Amino acid sequence: MTMGSDTFARISAIFLKELVQMRRDRLTFAMMFAIPVLQLVLFGYAINTDPKGLPTAVHVEEQTPIVRTLLQALETSQYYDLVMQTDDPRKSAALLARGEVAFVVSIPAGFTEQLIRGERPQLLIEADASDPAAASNAIARADAILTSALRHDLTGALKSLNPGPNPFELITHAKYNPEGITQYNIVPGLLGVILTMTLVMITAMAMTREAERGTLENLLAMPVQPLEVMIGKITPYVTVGAVQTLVILVAARYLFAVPFIGAIWPLLLGVVIFVLANLALGFTFSTIASSQMQAMQLTFFFFLPSLLLSGFMFPFRGMPHWAQWIGEVLPLTHFLRIVRGVMLKGSTLVDLHVDFLAMTAFALAAVIVAMLQYRQTLD
Amino acid sequence: MSALAIDVTGLVKRFGDKIAVDGVDIHMPKGEVWGFLGPNGSGKTTTIRMICGLLRASAGEGTCLGYDIAREADQIKMSTGYMTQKFSFWNDLTIRENLEFVARLYRMTPLRQRVDETLETLGLTDRQHQQAGALSGGWKQRLALAAVTMHAPKLLLLDEPTSGVDPQARRDFWDEIHRLSTNGITVLVSTHYMDEAERCDHIVYLANGKLLTEGRVADIIQESGLVTFRVEGDSVRRFAGALQQLDGVDHVSYFGNALLVSGTQREIIEHAVEAATDASVRWQEVRPSLDDAFIALMARAGGDRRVHA
Ligand SMILES: Nc1ncnc2c1ncn2[C@@H]1O[C@H](COP(=O)(O)OP(=O)(O)OP(=O)(O)O)[C@@H](O)[C@H]1O
Ligand SMILES: [Mg+2]
Repeated sequence: MTMGSDTFARISAIFLKELVQMRRDRLTFAMMFAIPVLQLVLFGYAINTDPKGLPTAVHVEEQTPIVRTLLQALETSQYYDLVMQTDDPRKSAALLARGEVAFVVSIPAGFTEQLIRGERPQLLIEADASDPAAASNAIARADAILTSALRHDLTGALKSLNPGPNPFELITHAKYNPEGITQYNIVPGLLGVILTMTLVMITAMAMTREAERGTLENLLAMPVQPLEVMIGKITPYVTVGAVQTLVILVAARYLFAVPFIGAIWPLLLGVVIFVLANLALGFTFSTIASSQMQAMQLTFFFFLPSLLLSGFMFPFRGMPHWAQWIGEVLPLTHFLRIVRGVMLKGSTLVDLHVDFLAMTAFALAAVIVAMLQYRQTLD
Repeated sequence: MSALAIDVTGLVKRFGDKIAVDGVDIHMPKGEVWGFLGPNGSGKTTTIRMICGLLRASAGEGTCLGYDIAREADQIKMSTGYMTQKFSFWNDLTIRENLEFVARLYRMTPLRQRVDETLETLGLTDRQHQQAGALSGGWKQRLALAAVTMHAPKLLLLDEPTSGVDPQARRDFWDEIHRLSTNGITVLVSTHYMDEAERCDHIVYLANGKLLTEGRVADIIQESGLVTFRVEGDSVRRFAGALQQLDGVDHVSYFGNALLVSGTQREIIEHAVEAATDASVRWQEVRPSLDDAFIALMARAGGDRRVHA
């Protein structure tokens, strides 16, 4: 007998044992297939680094064939999705602030006349540049799209109007982040990502640890209610969340010079609800998972879509509709809107009420599921 | 209020299609020390868990300390102390921290003083700052006993509290149990040790999830109808094989230099022993062991299954 065959025998003994154990842990086994599939779907279909179909409001003060041509050109370019008309500049500013539209296109009265007279009238595109990646391509293409549309259209008698390269002047305002600094977008978003990662995982593990070590039987044998266990277990991690928030906000201000335009308290309220939502979710995971390994897997299964579909890494509006729907369910999506809204746009509670409500609904649902899942007996 | 600490009837527990406990009745008066016996997997732990509200019974009903086991688990938890079979305190907390945690859950005041007293009573004061995970088996057991008794429960449910503990520690442990019992606490203790069973007022014996027998030690031995002879002499072991073959001899076991020969009919055994040995041996009737009594009762319950050494 050589050493080699002994080694082989021992390796195969361990290999077989691992194989059996792997198959026995159903949840982990399922996750090993579910996570790659999830990644394929998310990276393959949901994510789009050249976002198109961005919602756009138009504010036109005259309706002429030329104006219609210009708007038509924006629409057919697929970058702009003209979803509404407004007649009030303040209204369109509010739409942009709430993030309901990514662009506002304004064409003033007398545009056509000035164009015909060769006076180079102004056409204004305001963009929500709080996420520079979302807006930049559409803005960069705007001039070419509009100019080529006119060139096409201004034929026959109007051909004479088509001499210079630019019959009109395109003005773009990249609002909230005029210089397109990506840190302005990433650093506030990081607050949400870090809170999600640590809080969900820590709470998911905290409860499974009791089960895995056998201390759960002892806990259940003593007079303590599920809600009491839950609150007691979660509170220390709320403190952890608070410290993390502080560190990131300080870093945002002093290391990355991210502007903070809004008031602090809507942001803090957002943090509180967001932290609760994540903790309740982690607790739910810990009632489902029977080992710390499973708790980790579940956390990852939730974290992946949060990271990719929330608008943190890739522009939210650039995703297909089904992906946006999933994104709307995730608390991180709403939290990012709140943090970016408050810090970069100075949004108020009223501006952001939809996101607050959505996040609260998620937190409540997670608490209810956690309470239903928690067993007071060992059955 | 009932004079019974535990009063349950027809307890059944199914796990899937497996029946772990199959119609167990326990009617245990207050103030006694009862032993809970039975082979591995006979359903002792499962029964205890149902009694203290940790598992829902699949069928059957009853009360523990007068509280309904299905609906009043919270009250039961307040006034019982349950020591799990597997050590279930927090290994990364010190002895003192573990006790303080328990004391807070039961809202004991003044906290420090109560913890100090408990540490003192169980001789844990010197080790109070050691982490539980680093303790040896005997000290862990002492910590667990301290933790489940400190809220002055009326009923103690102890699941194999002395497994893996040395003889001295076991003796100390039982002294403590009897001290608690003198103070009026009811104790149900599961064990595989016959000497511990003999320290109990009453024994309940489970087999395959069913109650095989119960009663005082002497009654159970008598019920088994067993007669045992102790056979002594030089190299007496050479007769073991022959004795075992004889009709009427149920069981032969070694006991140091002696043989214990058991069966159910005195005359037959007497004749058998005489026939199978020679003049060099002496023999006398002794009290049958509880072990043998259980084995005999089991064999009888299971039909004509004979149990061999
Ligand atoms: N959670 C469970 N799921 C499935 N089967 C279980 C569960 N708990 C116990 N059992 C089964 O129920 C039966 C009784 O187990 P139990 O632990 O009550 O026996 P026990 O008398 O305490 O044994 P031991 O002396 O080994 O501690 C065993 O066959 C066991 O495998
Ligand atoms: Mg047991």
